[in-house]
Amino acid sequence: MDWTAILLTGLAGVLATAGPLVMAAIGEALSERAGVVNLSLNGTLILSAMTGFAVAVATGSLAAGFLGGAVVGAAAALLVAVAGITLRQSQVAVGFVLALTLKDLAYFLGTPVMGAAGPRLDVLPVPLLERLPVVGPLLFRQDVMTYASFLLIAAAWVWIYRTRPGLTLRGLGEQPAAAFVRGADVTRLRYLYTVAGGALVGLAGPMYSLSVKAGWKGTISGLDGLGWIALALTIFGGWHPLRIAAGAYLFAFLQWLGVVLQPFLPGIPSQVLQVAPFPFMILTLVLVNVGQAEWTGRLLALLPEGGRRRLAGLLRLLRANPPAALGQTFERE
Amino acid sequence: MDIILKEIRKTFGRVTASDRVTLAVPGGTIQGLLGENGAGKSTLMKILSGYLRPDGGEILLGGKPVVFRHPADAVRAGVGMLHQDPLDFPSLTVLENFMSGRPGHFFPSRAAARRRLRELAATFGFAFDPRAYLDTLTVGERQQLEVLRLLSLDVRVLILDEPTTGISAAQKAQLFETLRRLSAEGRTILFVSHKLDEVESLCHRVAVLRAGALAGALTPPYTTAELVTLMFGRPVVPPQRQPQAPGRPVLELRGVSAVDDRLRLAPLDLDIRAGEVVGLAGLTGSGQRLLLRACAGLVRTTAGTVRIGGRDLTGHAFPSFRGHGVVFVPTARLEEGLIGDMDLAEHLQLVHPPRGLFIDWPRARATADERIREFAIRGRPDTRMRELSGGNQQRALLSLLAPPLALILIEEPTRGLDVESAVAVWIRLRAHCQAGAAILFLSSDLDEIRAHSDRIVVCFCGRSSPPLDPATMDIETLGRLIGGKGWDREAAG
Repeated sequence: MDWTAILLTGLAGVLATAGPLVMAAIGEALSERAGVVNLSLNGTLILSAMTGFAVAVATGSLAAGFLGGAVVGAAAALLVAVAGITLRQSQVAVGFVLALTLKDLAYFLGTPVMGAAGPRLDVLPVPLLERLPVVGPLLFRQDVMTYASFLLIAAAWVWIYRTRPGLTLRGLGEQPAAAFVRGADVTRLRYLYTVAGGALVGLAGPMYSLSVKAGWKGTISGLDGLGWIALALTIFGGWHPLRIAAGAYLFAFLQWLGVVLQPFLPGIPSQVLQVAPFPFMILTLVLVNVGQAEWTGRLLALLPEGGRRRLAGLLRLLRANPPAALGQTFERE
Repeated sequence: MDIILKEIRKTFGRVTASDRVTLAVPGGTIQGLLGENGAGKSTLMKILSGYLRPDGGEILLGGKPVVFRHPADAVRAGVGMLHQDPLDFPSLTVLENFMSGRPGHFFPSRAAARRRLRELAATFGFAFDPRAYLDTLTVGERQQLEVLRLLSLDVRVLILDEPTTGISAAQKAQLFETLRRLSAEGRTILFVSHKLDEVESLCHRVAVLRAGALAGALTPPYTTAELVTLMFGRPVVPPQRQPQAPGRPVLELRGVSAVDDRLRLAPLDLDIRAGEVVGLAGLTGSGQRLLLRACAGLVRTTAGTVRIGGRDLTGHAFPSFRGHGVVFVPTARLEEGLIGDMDLAEHLQLVHPPRGLFIDWPRARATADERIREFAIRGRPDTRMRELSGGNQQRALLSLLAPPLALILIEEPTRGLDVESAVAVWIRLRAHCQAGAAILFLSSDLDEIRAHSDRIVVCFCGRSSPPLDPATMDIETLGRLIGGKGWDREAAG
């Protein structure tokens, strides 16, 4: 194998490992765009990974495993929705408690299948397309769920920015009262998006346990923390599918780079390379949102008119504003 | 389309917002709906537009009874409402706002929507950049867009709830023109306001609500006094301006300039003396806001000196200004002035912190009770601010200002307030002047500026006129200056 092939295999691996993060973060973005913040991601992800694995082992069916994961994710999201929308409790508190509880629940319930041999998702090359140079090995020699994650990015973008329900969704988390007078059933739609988003998060779990990090090893499965990263990616990506995907790939790439570069940089402790993606992401977040600072406005005011407009427009595009009504309940009267 | 409201009832908890209101509006007329803040105007209109469901009563449209479960039902039946706080999406573009809620394909056509928006805008002489984000538009423009959106949905009845709050005089004239035209085309307009002159000049008929019930319905000719008496149950007398002998200088600006992302303030000199009231007039975004904030240290000045009570505070931040007796009362009461989820007793403790670590709550509540009586606030010491009506929030804000004050900077002192509340606000402000404070205020209401200012400063595009004497200024001259005309002659500043 020459260097190009090694590099391509590595990058294809980056796309595959980022797949579950893409799923979870876009799922969360749908929920948050509707105005519901589901903080349970870390727990949901681990519990759905365990459930997916256990179901796949028991039934011998990978599809059943993924379905099991999706059901767990949808159920956790439903809890957040019932508590947050119908019972008007704090979504943050409920989500946070779920994040902790579901994680421990997964470790407790997962004991019987710990270390069990289980099925694993196979690579399913796309005929013809896999032969394309560069693109073939990168995009078309993946497993079916990684293809699904690619499709989800495009589908979510089209849904949010090109369809009528998508436009309503964007309004829903922004100004529910305005969406309401335009004909939206705020409560029903919020339930729908929260549960659908939760199901996507629930698919991310088995993507780990049946593919990326196949198997269930209890507390050392290496899944703890990934849910929080998915949450950060949602914010970092400005609730925008393409930017979320970019963030997820960047994160996976930096992690891979850390592993690859390790042998060449003996002077740097391995921990530094492992955590490097995190400060890097924070820095990016700062740069992306610099347009909102008061001093930027003052600096912009000093520029000549033409350049000022263009730069302000660019900063506006980069800006990642959370949905204005995020976490708030909507009451008609 | 004829509208008949029959015995409409609505209660919120123990408060009766609509008390068996019966009102008939013939098609093609402009029906005014007057009442003080909290009289139940908005509630009644929200019921008619399907936003709220009535507890009882009946709505007849064109003679047929209708039941609206959802605002979309009302729009389909031809009833659209422009809400007091614009119900739109600030973070989306003009076009996206126009498109949302329109029936059509799963993949809506932007090009078609853009064309429709252009057409409609051209018919009414409005101009929009479809790609502009809504939060860069003025309230008046957002309103115009919402009206166009409703018209594009073929609304036959248009309800406007306090539409003139926060829009410029020119936009108001344009809006009235539009409404007259729509009514001439046979549409029915319901115009909700607490401003008598607007209702008198625009509406064909007027109904007055008081405490949730219909106090009376009039058709011209009627007198203003009749309307006021119907609104409040008694006549209201506005306070007279008493000229003060100016005291020592409180605020001295020398060559002061400031910038924000839209505007640069031209260097400005201004002196204000104790006991004086200076009004800032101008279109929204002409620099009044920036100037006011620069005087409070809320915006950093880029040139010149700011002296408060003879002391140079240039470059200092707000706390330092506050230490020298400067207070700032913003327009956005709930966003900037008050904390929505806290009550008056807590606010008083925040503004005037007690000595020591612990708060004596019984005493705090007693103090709040005193203020409530003194300022005639309709609420209790433990009523949260967001539950108060606009007029009562403004009274609560004023009750937080304790003498001795050197300078009161206030934005839109009576915006959204009915006549009685507005009078109460100015009586309070005058009392501070008697006690030696100076007032610098901005208002988009020219009558308010003329009635209360000892001197007027007009702003246009960041330029400020020298102080003008309201006695020699007629409203036309002022209006021209505000519109940017005659600056070289009248106000060579």
